[in-house]
Amino acid sequence: MDSATSEATRDTEGTTAHGTAPATRPPLHSSAANGLKIVIVGGFGVGKTTMVRSVSDIRPLNTEETMTRAGEGVDDLSGVRGKTTTTIAFDFGRISLNDRTVLYLFGAPGQERFWFLWDRLFSGTLGAVVLVDTRRLEDSWYAIDRLEAHGTPFIVARNDFGGPRHTTEQVREALDLPADIPLVDCDARSRESSRDVLIALVHHLYALSTESTESTTHHAPETSS
Amino acid sequence: MSRPGRDEDPDRLYTVTGGRSRSGTGADTFDLVTLVVSESAPTPGMQSELASILRICRSPTAVVELASDLGLPVSVVRILLGDLLADGRITARHPRTSDVADALPDPDILKQVLVGLRNL
Ligand SMILES: Nc1nc2c(ncn2[C@@H]2O[C@H](COP(=O)(O)OP(=O)(O)O)[C@@H](O)[C@H]2O)c(=O)[nH]1
Ligand SMILES: [Mg+2]
Repeated sequence: MDSATSEATRDTEGTTAHGTAPATRPPLHSSAANGLKIVIVGGFGVGKTTMVRSVSDIRPLNTEETMTRAGEGVDDLSGVRGKTTTTIAFDFGRISLNDRTVLYLFGAPGQERFWFLWDRLFSGTLGAVVLVDTRRLEDSWYAIDRLEAHGTPFIVARNDFGGPRHTTEQVREALDLPADIPLVDCDARSRESSRDVLIALVHHLYALSTESTESTTHHAPETSS
Repeated sequence: MSRPGRDEDPDRLYTVTGGRSRSGTGADTFDLVTLVVSESAPTPGMQSELASILRICRSPTAVVELASDLGLPVSVVRILLGDLLADGRITARHPRTSDVADALPDPDILKQVLVGLRNL
């Protein structure tokens, strides 16, 4: 795929087709050794892919997982013949943080029927961003329930679609969001704004990880812009 | 829930993995973001998916990137990687987020993430 084509694909589609030659993305540093994960979860059209694209070093890629039943992978491919399988697609991007560390961002649909898959796919994730559209807050209820049940730390980011403004309290109330979970505003189309959402999540994770090991001294990271 | 134009044919998956479900070498240990590196070049006559993996992984490549490149589900890629690992053709760099499984991430790793994000 030449670069003109990939730009066109990017503008119209957002994600690449399967089988795209890896030559279209820059290679990781040869010393890259630690892959980290953050999940961006939310309802359809809330801006997940847009946010991934805004901060990613690479054009968002798309892949899929095939499951035969809840909680399991394709555990018997001979049995797949004639059996119903569930296929879920998700997109992802990546940010090289330094020569050793690469952060992968996953955009995950928050609908109820996908959650048994996310539980498995995203174990070991640092944390999650629940992206919400205030016109459809109820789309995120299930995702928040699930993250809480799973013990995955998260923040909520309100994506700005220019609709009517609600106060922070109104949004918190509608989401039944505890006071200790950050709620931030963002514009997923903006690289800076999307980066700041990730920074807010990592600050939250940092606070959680240091408060649970209060006895050991950790230097607080400098505050962000 | 499948997108149009994709080869979802289970027969293809069956063929790619020789009908096996799991490789004997802990395919389950490959996380989505485990970084895979080739330790050898493809050999003539090698199954094309395996040869592709060895070519792509000349530089470190995450399991999820391989799945996207090959157009195969992640679970199938894990099986192929298990085979390559057993044969010593790849090495795997697994994620390290904390010393204890399921614990909150290590503050030192979070600091690295913050520094990296601020440099964006
Ligand atoms: N006005 C506005 N539109 C946005 C914003 N973020 C995303 N969009 C648009 O909303 C649509 C859906 O976004 P997308 O990222 O595909 O949503 P996804 O289904 O969650 O991945 C696209 O047309 C985006 O351009 C935002 O912050 N403000
Ligand atoms: Mg999307």
